[in-house]
Amino acid sequence: MDAELSVRDEAQMIESILAGDRERYHELIRPYERSVYKMALSFMKNESDAEDVAQEAFLKAFRKLADFRGQAKFSTWLISITLNEARGRLRRQGLVRMESLDASPEEGGHISPALLRDWREVPSEALERKEIRQMLQDAIANLSPLYRAVLLLRDVEEFSIEETATALAITTNTVKVRLHRARMMMQKELAPKLKNTGPRRRWFQWS
Amino acid sequence: MVIECKHVWDYISGYLDDSLSPETKELVQRHLEHCQICSAILDSTRNIMVLTADDQVFELPVGFSERLHARLSEELKSKPVQSVEDAG
Repeated sequence: MDAELSVRDEAQMIESILAGDRERYHELIRPYERSVYKMALSFMKNESDAEDVAQEAFLKAFRKLADFRGQAKFSTWLISITLNEARGRLRRQGLVRMESLDASPEEGGHISPALLRDWREVPSEALERKEIRQMLQDAIANLSPLYRAVLLLRDVEEFSIEETATALAITTNTVKVRLHRARMMMQKELAPKLKNTGPRRRWFQWS
Repeated sequence: MVIECKHVWDYISGYLDDSLSPETKELVQRHLEHCQICSAILDSTRNIMVLTADDQVFELPVGFSERLHARLSEELKSKPVQSVEDAG
């Protein structure tokens, strides 16, 4: 994550929280609010459930803090708690039936990307348009949970391949395979749509 | 050795992560130099990754942080930190 974050001595913060300076937990988690919420939202699909999951994850991490041994980064540990929380809630809601994050999917098979003759860069400013943000959110939400988790950790949270593998308790090779498929699915889904959202139509967008 | 488009597609993710072997990377690079379609696929994939990573995609709901910290404050005041038995 940020260079600024790596300067924070999280091990020391955790130690002092466990020693009784509990208020420092606020400070410890502040940089991760967005990551945890994003992770939760991509699984829960509505803001209020996602917020619940995020709050629960932060509470659970606090209660379990003594179990954090520093074998992984705090952020990795926190994300895996969030993932478990989201998974548990979906299971209770009966939404995860056949596919679970642990299931090994058919990982063979080839995903053909959307074929394009050329690509005009879509700048980040395009995300000011709600319709474009929604397009991306939907594309992520429509990935199966296995692919979604890997894509989010690697491409949204910018975890390394190894950190992604640790957070999900899978091998780095599985991360690479799923990541490739997830990225190709995103390209296949989004490239044709984004291609038609050039600046020429900008005047037409109201929100 | 020359590789076909279909094979190049299998390497796009690895190419973007720069995790291919030097030989494979070289093959892919040479293919990209003359293949407009594969270049466009690579560029669009990279572009989509950049957009996906952007903080604007997932905005925090208004008041999220305040509600979270209020809830944490309650918890912090109540019970001592414990090694939780239902961990895992």
